[in-house]
Amino acid sequence: MRAELFAYLRTFFAEQSVLEVDPPCLAATTVTDLNIESIKAQMGGASGYLQTSPEFFMKRMLASGLGDIYYLGKAFRDAEQGSRHNPEFTLLEWYRVDYDEYQLMAEIESLVCGAFSRLINSTPRVTRTSYGDCFEKSLQLDPHTASLEALQATAVNQGYKDWANETRANCLDLLFSEIIEPSLPKGLVFIYDYPACQAALAQTYQDEKGRLVSRRFEAFLDSVELANGYFELRDAQQQNQRFNEDNRLRTRAKKPAMATDKHLDRAMQVGLPSCSGVALGVDRLLMQLCGVSSINEVLAFPWERC
Amino acid sequence: MGNYSTNEFRSGLKVMLDGDPCSILDNEFVKPGKGQAFNRVKLRNLKTGRVLEKTFKSGESIEGADVLDMDMQYLYNDGDFWYFMEPDTFEQHQATETAVGDTQLWLKEQDTCMVTLYNGSPLSVTPPIHVELEIVETDPGLRGDTAQGGSKPAKVVTGATVKVPLFLDQGDVIKVDTRTGEYQGRAKD
Repeated sequence: MRAELFAYLRTFFAEQSVLEVDPPCLAATTVTDLNIESIKAQMGGASGYLQTSPEFFMKRMLASGLGDIYYLGKAFRDAEQGSRHNPEFTLLEWYRVDYDEYQLMAEIESLVCGAFSRLINSTPRVTRTSYGDCFEKSLQLDPHTASLEALQATAVNQGYKDWANETRANCLDLLFSEIIEPSLPKGLVFIYDYPACQAALAQTYQDEKGRLVSRRFEAFLDSVELANGYFELRDAQQQNQRFNEDNRLRTRAKKPAMATDKHLDRAMQVGLPSCSGVALGVDRLLMQLCGVSSINEVLAFPWERC
Repeated sequence: MGNYSTNEFRSGLKVMLDGDPCSILDNEFVKPGKGQAFNRVKLRNLKTGRVLEKTFKSGESIEGADVLDMDMQYLYNDGDFWYFMEPDTFEQHQATETAVGDTQLWLKEQDTCMVTLYNGSPLSVTPPIHVELEIVETDPGLRGDTAQGGSKPAKVVTGATVKVPLFLDQGDVIKVDTRTGEYQGRAKD
């Protein structure tokens, strides 16, 4: 099934004239994300990191004018292990020049639905909804404008009494993972307009209600997070501000601050073309295609047996 | 007792939660790609037996509970306490009625039970899965009726009442499954 899926994915992109690229898995620097830890590697006297995604290399390729590109290969995240996580996993990441996030979501839909019909002869139901609407529906709360106190009180009222002093982003993650995610409709669900505080490297904008939201979306398949995408931030200065803010939060959480990628910064100064990009968990897609609930069932050698 | 971080959580680990000792039954790692990681943990409160769920932020740590499961020999009951002995050290422990609970219905002197110690004193007692007990009181046996079903209540030496086949009599020794309280068969002498 894995081999069939890989073949299908490569054919899909070949037909769309998206070029396969092979960026390094090992690099001197890594992401600054508060909640993503990189695995450190030693090479002689120097140290580096196994890449948590090919994003930075692919953005350098985009800035150099390579056009539409995809990567199908391994990524690594430290201390992520469970029924849906393995520290080494297979990621499908692709970028489409001149696409906005909605065009990219449409392409993900055709890629995922194509995999279902080709491999198991079925079609998942597809739903689109905004992050704000999910919260309004499940919790009668506007996640973009609610005060921190209101979010904390909602977490406590939902039975998470130790969450009274958590940050905005953590309260949102808790409520989303515990309350909203399990109640998502079956099939493929796109959730767009993530909160500005969780923009990562997506652009932000004022929505029709005047709220600042990010042009970030996620895809879920039967309530399992499958993909995360952005209408990509292009402003080098804003990107540096976000990296610095990440590091400020990391320091506050007693995690080491991470050096930023100077090559990426230079590429951003030259200019990233207007594009959207997404990373999709291939093992998670395989789990759904095989109808299994543990990632170990689609890995030849899960970490416990490596 | 040391502290345990969420990445050390595994089933069987004994921890303190809201002042009560608990045993971890299940630990699920939950993490939104870009977001905060959680551990959704199922625990059994060892005092009340109740199962509860709690979501921890990954990396949080909680205090371990000084809880130890140990096989001990049941000695006797003095009316207030039940006494158990460690087979190696001969050290004796007295268990309260709360700790012994319904297990008292199956406690026969000299049987080996699992005693759960919390801070050194018995928190709960688990009887052996199968016990052999003598019938002390039942209606007279019907000798001819051995094949067909039909049962009657019989009181055994430890005080429990077990449904047994009609042919059994006072003085017979039977084997009982303590998890269900069901008759398993006659003990072979």
